Amino acid sequence: MLDDTPKPLVRVRDLKMHFPIHAGLLRRRVGEVKAVDGVSFDVMEGETLGLVGESGCGKSTCGRAVLRLYDITAGEISIDGREIGTMSQTKLRPIRPTMQMVFQDPQASLNPRMTVEAIIREPLDEHTSLSMAEKTAKVAELMDAVGLNRKFAKRYPHAFSGGQRQRIGIARALALNPKFIVCDEPIAALDVSIQAQVVNLLEDLQEQFGLTYLFISHDLSMVRHIATRVAVMYLGKIVELAPREALYRDPLHPYTKALLSAVPEPDPALARTSGRIILQGDVPSPSNPPKGCNFCTRCPAVMDLCKEIEPDYRQVQPGRFVACHLYNETTTTADQTAGTGA
Amino acid sequence: MSDLTTSAPAAAPKPRNQWLDVWAQFRTHKGAVLGLGFLAFITLFAALGPTLWGVDPGDLDIRNKDVRPIYHMLFDSDAKVSWAHPMGTDNLGRDIMANIMQGGRISLAVGWTAMILAVFIGTLVGVLAGYFRKADGLLMRFTDLVLALPLLPLLLVMMLLFRDPLRAAFGPENGIFILIVVGIGITSWMQTARIVRGDIMALKEREFVLAARSIGTPSRRIITRHLLPNVLSPIMVSATLGLATAIITESALSFLGLGFPSDFPTWGKILFDSVDRMTAFPERVIWPGLAISLTVLAVNYIGDGLRDALDPKIRGL
Repeated sequence: MLDDTPKPLVRVRDLKMHFPIHAGLLRRRVGEVKAVDGVSFDVMEGETLGLVGESGCGKSTCGRAVLRLYDITAGEISIDGREIGTMSQTKLRPIRPTMQMVFQDPQASLNPRMTVEAIIREPLDEHTSLSMAEKTAKVAELMDAVGLNRKFAKRYPHAFSGGQRQRIGIARALALNPKFIVCDEPIAALDVSIQAQVVNLLEDLQEQFGLTYLFISHDLSMVRHIATRVAVMYLGKIVELAPREALYRDPLHPYTKALLSAVPEPDPALARTSGRIILQGDVPSPSNPPKGCNFCTRCPAVMDLCKEIEPDYRQVQPGRFVACHLYNETTTTADQTAGTGA
Repeated sequence: MSDLTTSAPAAAPKPRNQWLDVWAQFRTHKGAVLGLGFLAFITLFAALGPTLWGVDPGDLDIRNKDVRPIYHMLFDSDAKVSWAHPMGTDNLGRDIMANIMQGGRISLAVGWTAMILAVFIGTLVGVLAGYFRKADGLLMRFTDLVLALPLLPLLLVMMLLFRDPLRAAFGPENGIFILIVVGIGITSWMQTARIVRGDIMALKEREFVLAARSIGTPSRRIITRHLLPNVLSPIMVSATLGLATAIITESALSFLGLGFPSDFPTWGKILFDSVDRMTAFPERVIWPGLAISLTVLAVNYIGDGLRDALDPKIRGL
């Protein structure tokens, strides 16, 4: 336990990001989309925390909220010991170099009117007082680091392939020597052959620069490859967070079980025997989540309790957190030890 | 990956200047090159012409009135032509070429200044309304308000109200120049504002703007670095159209007799003065008309070519 819990670099507590819905003639506020609704996790220094979940469950919003690209509704975020949850954007600016982001769509995340050099140089322009020559040298270094040919510095993004564009995005994120990078589905828009290249590049860079990642993805096998720990989100909440091996070997939450059973099994013999859990119904609307547990409308192991009381997100085994009433007994017995220890 | 990095450091050649690429792309647009040529010609014609030609446009020479342009010699040997007045003279004996030169100065100056003013106001309002949600409602309602005003009557009222104080403050010519430029400028920025606002609203949701924000780029530099270059094309289009509208509006004002003083030629004014005897002397309408339409056409083509040349995708880099 002691050796795999170094000090957390990022601490998120009860993060909430609600978007108001305005409707009617007077554009009055009639409700809110609870995109992220009470999420807590730590990201340890040097690790990769995978954040998985289906489309629309709030993964990306969570990643952006952690970087304070939104003004969050409630909660605490601390990065490198500094609380940034309620800080104003102007005060936040000097801290921005610590945390960077790699975006999902490499086509949309690069300004079509800027050359590659200008794109990678932008963080340097904003946060450093280097001379032009030094900046150019730094840009060339970064291009080397992500495996782009220096000769392409004066070209525009449209001249590059998807994988190359994603490398430009990564180089831009690296420019200020950040500690923490949020990778918002960095491989979702890429061909499978390029996905592996980009993921390996991210891993190499992590080793080289000692980076910490929050890796958002819906590709479970890719997360298994890159993540140290994995958090599973459903409808704005984390339902389970566990070390990678434990989560894939023995998922606790019914939703995690269903999600993992959907990963294609390459061995046809095994695929026939392994039972797929098929969930019924649709994801409820995040503007009107069900009473009790968010997953109670689709859960195969639903109990009466689930429809009334929202389960707490708690540690059920060392390092494993889950929000499910199924594990209530384990926690009540373990409460004497875990409750005081935590 | 490593094989890519090893090949790179071998002294990269000095990259081409990007403005050379822009110029190369611009040159492929025939119309734009022709337009640029004509604009250069008409600008020089108006700017240097009066010093070279040396004829006072206001000079009355009643003995040489109603001289026909020089090309009448080709088909009518009896026509009253003179090499001293190649474009002919009007009914008071004023040299038409000198008038076109002098009028070009005013018309071009009014057109460019009013267009720049209108595009500036329009872009400013559009960017502010599109980028800052709080300002949007107020600014766009104001835009609608100005758009709903009938422009010509408004301009006429402005002329009547402010002509004399401005004349007193800046002198008769400068006062009226400022009045016309400001009048045209503040009544023709609304289309630009609407177009720019729409584009900015779409652009600011794009991921590269979010990326800039995650870097910590402040709003003003997000606007200048990321948003404005991407709305350049619609701005360019409305600028070329704006120049045309400004020249034409000035002509219309002069035509109505509310523009510059009567001894002060502009293209619109020359046109206005010649309409009475248009059937007998069509050339007096044709010369200023040709100057106005060709200038507008040239600027439109230049705008077209420039828009293509500034787009890296079309430039093929």
